Amino acid sequence: MNAPVTPEMAVNVGGIAMRNPVTVASGTFGYGVEYAEWIDVRRLGAITVKGIRLEAWPGNPLPRHVEVPGGMINAIGLQGPGVAGFIGQYMPRLREFGVPVIVNIWGTSLDEYAEVAARLSDVPGVSALEINVSCPNVKAGGASFGTDPAALASVVAAVRRRTKLPVIPKLAPNVPAMGPFARAAVEAGADALSLTNTIPAMAIDIETRRPVLANRIGGLSGAAIHHVALKHVYDAAQAVKVPIIAMGGIFGAREAIAFLIAGATAVAVGTANFIDPTTPLRVIDGIRDYLIRHRMASVSELTGSLQT
Amino acid sequence: MPICDAITLKHVPLTGGYRLLRLQAPAIAGPARPGQFVHLRIPGLEPTALRRPFSIYRAEAGELSILYKRVGRGTEMLATLQEGTTVSLMGPLGNGFPLTDGTTKPVLIGGGYGVAPLVFLASRLPRKGVILMGGRSAGDLLCIEDFEALGWPVETATEDGSRGTRGYVTALLERHLESTDAAPELFACGPDGMLRAVGARAIATGCRAWLSLDHHMVCGIGACLACIQKVHTPGGGTRLARVCKDGPVFEAREIVWKEPS
Repeated sequence: MNAPVTPEMAVNVGGIAMRNPVTVASGTFGYGVEYAEWIDVRRLGAITVKGIRLEAWPGNPLPRHVEVPGGMINAIGLQGPGVAGFIGQYMPRLREFGVPVIVNIWGTSLDEYAEVAARLSDVPGVSALEINVSCPNVKAGGASFGTDPAALASVVAAVRRRTKLPVIPKLAPNVPAMGPFARAAVEAGADALSLTNTIPAMAIDIETRRPVLANRIGGLSGAAIHHVALKHVYDAAQAVKVPIIAMGGIFGAREAIAFLIAGATAVAVGTANFIDPTTPLRVIDGIRDYLIRHRMASVSELTGSLQT
Repeated sequence: MPICDAITLKHVPLTGGYRLLRLQAPAIAGPARPGQFVHLRIPGLEPTALRRPFSIYRAEAGELSILYKRVGRGTEMLATLQEGTTVSLMGPLGNGFPLTDGTTKPVLIGGGYGVAPLVFLASRLPRKGVILMGGRSAGDLLCIEDFEALGWPVETATEDGSRGTRGYVTALLERHLESTDAAPELFACGPDGMLRAVGARAIATGCRAWLSLDHHMVCGIGACLACIQKVHTPGGGTRLARVCKDGPVFEAREIVWKEPS
């Protein structure tokens, strides 16, 4: 028997050189600095930060979340410091981690998306832009761009024109078929795709007969959405050639590996960070152990290896 | 900061649906300060269930205790926890109460299980004061013997009049502030209505009031922004503070209370 070799874990996602295929989902990891007190964030393949628009944004009233079977529904509403606040308050610390930083961006108009992209483009340490076209919690923007292929293409193209950074639209799960959206995004200039975002959902307090969330609706995340996301990743991987960052209900290496087999190049841990902050590190270790056990030399062998 | 696997040393019922849980958690008990909390993963809930925050009731000799009431799915399951079982804890979290320099007289105001962090506080403050305790009924008054053991006088109020003064604990506070000559400093933990009333009284009196807010939390460490509270900034503006990370303790003048709907 040959001595076990350490498998190659590095991946390239549309120009982002990641030392391993594991990042975190936007909105579940703050701006990286919060979790740096709890885990060694330098081990991550990339850090994906909370959504940023042009100006500071207050988000939604409370309650902003509710726990439901298999996950949670959130309506945080993209509270954030705005692009200048983000660069000033968080980028100095983020640069010190020496890990690629993927900045999630959003806006209420094509011009705003493009302007945010332009302002982040030359900031040292910013490695890529993830475009939020699918947040269910903000009426003015977000979701409306994510559920129409033409609108999606227009926002991707608008961002593409203003940045040299890799552009990664984060696609909405509440669409009839993922293929047309994946193709529209790539044709408009996407270097990679993230999928998926939370699924629009709601909860009702039957005693008061009121919605639990102040925003009435929110986005479902957690274990409940994993298999929905898995099918979307599979469909997108069939439709386009660009790398996919897959997310939805990853609680351990098992879900991450399923995403890779379905066609993802990288994965993002989301809601599980709240429950066990070490989850992304366990996922990295678990993927490596799996590769050794299956005698694979590289994680890229796993991508799209679904046997049919 | 540590994420600990703590061993359940003792888990017993108290009065009226309240329970005491004592855990072996030296890495958290050591640095813990009054008013801080732990974020606990409840064994028996599905592994994807969110953590639950609990105020620290006692922390000494490597052991950490919490007091809780069975109010929902999480605490119902927690109530079945067997001694010897391991529990995952994150902590100590939050800012905690300031420990005063002894120039003011501490007045502690607690509602229901809100007295738990006040026991810890009383054990660490440099000067003895008084604890004003309120609850719906006599069974909701907890930890009286703890305060007595520390040499703190206890005044009680119940809504049904089954023990102490009939009415709210804020009536005790009114009476106390009218009768005392010492410069008071208030420390309160309990329902929002109580905290708001205590804060208003402190501002009217011209003393400080440290209020521990009890918001629903998700991450517990300031990342998810589920538990925000609007607060005044020194410059005259406002900002959204995170109760889990920037709190849970705020001075009464910082808090911008929501308009009644």
